[in-house]
Amino acid sequence: MKKSSKSIKPNTKKSLITYIMLVVAFVIVQIMLAAGEMSYMMQDLLVPLCVYAILAVSLNLTVGILGELSLGQAGFMCIGAYSGSLFSNLMETAIPEAMIRFPIALLLGGICAAIFGILIGIPVLRLRGDYLAIVTLAFGEIIKNICASIYLGRDANGFHISLKSVTDMNMAADGEMLINGALGINGTPKDSNFIIAFIILFITVVVSYNFVYSRTGRAVMSIRDNRIAAESVGINITKYKLITFALTAFLAGVAGVIYSHNFSTLQASKFDYNMSILVLVFVVLGGIGSIPGSIIAAIALTLIPELLRDTIVGDYRMLFYAIILISMMLFSSNKTFKDKLFGLVSKKKKGEVK
Amino acid sequence: MALLEVKNLSISFGGLRAVDEFNVKIEKGQLYGLIGPNGAGKTTVFNLLTGVYKPTSGAIFLDGENITGKKTIDINRCGIARTFQNIRLFKKLSVLDNVKVGLHNQMKYSSVEGIFRLPRFFSSEKKMDKKAMELLKVFGLENEASTLADNLPYGKQRKLEIARALATNPKLLLLDEPAAGMNPSETQELMDTIRFVRDNFDMTILLIEHDMKLVSGICEEVTVLNFGQELAQGKTSDVLNNPEVIKAYLGD
Repeated sequence: MKKSSKSIKPNTKKSLITYIMLVVAFVIVQIMLAAGEMSYMMQDLLVPLCVYAILAVSLNLTVGILGELSLGQAGFMCIGAYSGSLFSNLMETAIPEAMIRFPIALLLGGICAAIFGILIGIPVLRLRGDYLAIVTLAFGEIIKNICASIYLGRDANGFHISLKSVTDMNMAADGEMLINGALGINGTPKDSNFIIAFIILFITVVVSYNFVYSRTGRAVMSIRDNRIAAESVGINITKYKLITFALTAFLAGVAGVIYSHNFSTLQASKFDYNMSILVLVFVVLGGIGSIPGSIIAAIALTLIPELLRDTIVGDYRMLFYAIILISMMLFSSNKTFKDKLFGLVSKKKKGEVK
Repeated sequence: MALLEVKNLSISFGGLRAVDEFNVKIEKGQLYGLIGPNGAGKTTVFNLLTGVYKPTSGAIFLDGENITGKKTIDINRCGIARTFQNIRLFKKLSVLDNVKVGLHNQMKYSSVEGIFRLPRFFSSEKKMDKKAMELLKVFGLENEASTLADNLPYGKQRKLEIARALATNPKLLLLDEPAAGMNPSETQELMDTIRFVRDNFDMTILLIEHDMKLVSGICEEVTVLNFGQELAQGKTSDVLNNPEVIKAYLGD
């Protein structure tokens, strides 16, 4: 036992397995693409899959590592998507090279989301448990609704903004609409592709692991396990809660930028609470605190309804999706249920042998 | 000058005066006992000393510095560490990591250095591992370093809590019923460990305990609390033979 602990730490081993798993998945996808084995529908899903995986991994930092329930993930994603798209639209002529423009947009979207994360976090993180979940949900909805009512335009006189209507902006007729209220942002350059999205996902996973297995991560987990004891050994609870919350928001913002640069139109209504809850489901189903679990759950739960589309289930696919979800939850959390199921399987096998 | 000097410390919860005019002077290197029947206010005194409660009146001086009313984390940085009556470990962290959380403010590097694995991360983590393993060895926990704290047997959990408190490099260590739930041989071992900590870490220790064998065995002086008030104070053997104290413990 001593030998193994000397050669490789269990934490390092855990993260290495996840990295290898990701790279293998990437290679398989690339081979399938090269061989033309992948349907167009699946190809369209590749970027959203990475986006959902990033969202799930980042939310896992708040839910699994800090131990607080947050339902504001879609709100932070919305901020990232809007600020990233706006930047790309404004800079499309100034920085024509997508390889330079897009990383700046990613960083900008992440930073904007992180700033909002800190601003919201300062008053909100005093709350705990269900209360925090409700308040973050409300903030997410506020962000979405404000984004949906912004009208922003540019003409020869400069920028015009209104929260009411297009006519309220007093923009010249030849002006260019940048954000058109509920219709959102149009004409964002399609800078995302699967390779970039995958690289960002990979970086997210590396950052998350490095965060968890560091001095900061230990401090955050100590707060999760015992607040009073953490305080007694000199851990600044507010500071570490805010750091975690800001990192989660940053990564969600980056995911939002990838998402918005994958479609030419962007509407705030997409970032509603369904999205936040969906991401939370990924985290819970994948195992709270497990980074590879979050990725697998995000991928599986996004693919299942799409794959069911072509089967005989067809129109009833969401019903089956729900059944699968419930049984997976039961399976992963209920030990008796698990034993019974395994019991059934092993009995069957015995019967077959006879 | 005394390491810890408490002057007329009092706290009221509504109409209840949980601690009333508590005074104590602990010299550097002393092993001091705080005893008294259940509900006498012993743990409340600990909570006042560590800033969990703010005193209604009175003052606390640590090494000449007034620490009255400071926050828990600041008091820890000033040099008071504690253990808890009902063990409070970081259950889902390994034994080693529990101690490393205690080292949090001793060996620093920023979150950014941690995320990007900059050189200071490696040097600092290496130092932390070394220091934490040294502490675990003192308590005979070195073979359980990678075990989850939750899976440790009870006696070892108590020891780990002391190790974690020591990791914060305190001047004064507060132990809240360290021998609770231990059998006589474990208690004996604990007494040796406490003495070892005092001698080798140059530590001053204030402990709450119900086990009179431990108190009379290692404490040089004691204070007896009863209903929040000081009943007796002085050399352990004198105080334990005081008829007032025996009456408070056993009744009339």
